[in-house]
Amino acid sequence: MFKDFFNALLEGKLIGLKCNDCGSYTCPPKATCNNCGSRNLVKVELSGKGRILSFTTTYVAPAGYEKEVPYVVAMVELEEGPCIMGRLEIDPEKAEKLGQHLIDMEVRVYGKEFPNEPFYPDKEKRVVPMFKLERPV
Amino acid sequence: MRKVAVLGVGMSKFGKHPNRSLVDLFAEAFFEAFESSNIELKDIEAIYYGNFVGEMTDGSANLAGFMADEVGLKGIPAIRFEGACASSSVAFREAVKAVAAGHYDCVAVGGSERLLSAGTAIGTRALATAVDGVYEITAGLTFPGVFALAARLYSKVYEVPLEKLKEAMAYVSIKNHKNGAANPKGQFYGKYGNLKVEDVLNSRMICSPITLLDCCPMTDGGAAAIVASADLAEKVIDDPIYVLGTGQASAGSLFRQGKEMVKALSRKRSAEMAFKEAKLTPKDVDFVELHDCFTIAEIIALEAMGFFEYGEAWKATLDGATSLDGELPVNPDGGLIGKGHPVGATGVSQVYTVVKQLRGKADCNQLKNVETAMTDTLGGDFTTLVNIILSIHKR
Repeated sequence: MFKDFFNALLEGKLIGLKCNDCGSYTCPPKATCNNCGSRNLVKVELSGKGRILSFTTTYVAPAGYEKEVPYVVAMVELEEGPCIMGRLEIDPEKAEKLGQHLIDMEVRVYGKEFPNEPFYPDKEKRVVPMFKLERPV
Repeated sequence: MRKVAVLGVGMSKFGKHPNRSLVDLFAEAFFEAFESSNIELKDIEAIYYGNFVGEMTDGSANLAGFMADEVGLKGIPAIRFEGACASSSVAFREAVKAVAAGHYDCVAVGGSERLLSAGTAIGTRALATAVDGVYEITAGLTFPGVFALAARLYSKVYEVPLEKLKEAMAYVSIKNHKNGAANPKGQFYGKYGNLKVEDVLNSRMICSPITLLDCCPMTDGGAAAIVASADLAEKVIDDPIYVLGTGQASAGSLFRQGKEMVKALSRKRSAEMAFKEAKLTPKDVDFVELHDCFTIAEIIALEAMGFFEYGEAWKATLDGATSLDGELPVNPDGGLIGKGHPVGATGVSQVYTVVKQLRGKADCNQLKNVETAMTDTLGGDFTTLVNIILSIHKR
């Protein structure tokens, strides 16, 4: 369930699944292996390391997120293979200056709590996967 | 399976309709479609209606029955279809399948949506209900954001400098705005017909590198079409437009698609399904109405549908291949960018344009010698894809 994933993230742990059939990883967890569809999965802790695949500095936010702009959303490819969506911990102006150079930079994943919004499924808290650059820029 | 054809089509003026409801907008489009179908109201056996976010924009769900009742079709089966921005294309495809299978002889299809009147914040949140509701929305990912990620990834994967790609993206905006400025039913009729590359690049940044003029607008509007068995169509009108093939496919959350998002694999699968059913290839298509929700989306769509190789459509776009006088005109009605995007109505509005073009009765930018055309509608971040191939030929 999503609660376990986010609670672990707040403790600095990234939870995923390893497939006993094809050997690939799925993160965040889901009912079937993202590669082969198998249900023969075992819960594992991932390294939390990855690299930036793409990012965007967001200036226009949806209702409930307006106070957070500008923010940088990034998709990160984890060392173990899967991709996850989160936010890059960086000054948005710096991100814009670096542009495409940010792609492939190494990051580490952690969790951070943000103010909730009415439609988010977790009514207690909204946790965002955060990406911290491994080397300062 | 029986052959299926389109009778009349209808579309409301796209734009801002603060004083008209979802029902009003559908009804206007419905009656235009009905009145050009040469049938009686009692011939319509079901309503298949597309709407995406009536709950959030109008506080209204359970909409299909209200649509049927409004237009005087009391008591018939009325079904709402939701597939994000592809909602009414899903409805259209299901109607075609129901008629082909013989369940019905005649079905009214359509959709309506009111995003512009909802305002930017609610509209953006409503559209974002189509991203992963647990693992993506939490980061504040929006729809311009999805295609911003795709644009940067496209640049990286195909080794196209971002500046060059942005120029091609600007060209999509220039072309579709130019086409849309001629469309009397479009949101930007008479506006933005002469944009320059700098106008697009320098417009307000929404989600880098996507600027305001890379985005389609928020729109209120409705669209409708009457679908019938080919036998019925041939009895009542002289110019049935035949449905030669349809395709549909799905995908999971954007992060589950990962790097392959730029290949839009669900679209490839959907388009291949439509081509196989129609026994046609991309070379047989004279023009396309496709889902240019953002400029980069048009480039990605052209590749996944099979009109250009992966990593090549940006170049073809710059070369003018997709202009009105190019080898493959794309979005002659302005597309989502130039005409507007009332989400749940968009798919059937593409059918509207294709049908009128094929009949030689387009509202604007009539193309010469067009016989077969294709629509492409994308719901969410490649989660629902629908393609429809229409032709003046029964085959």
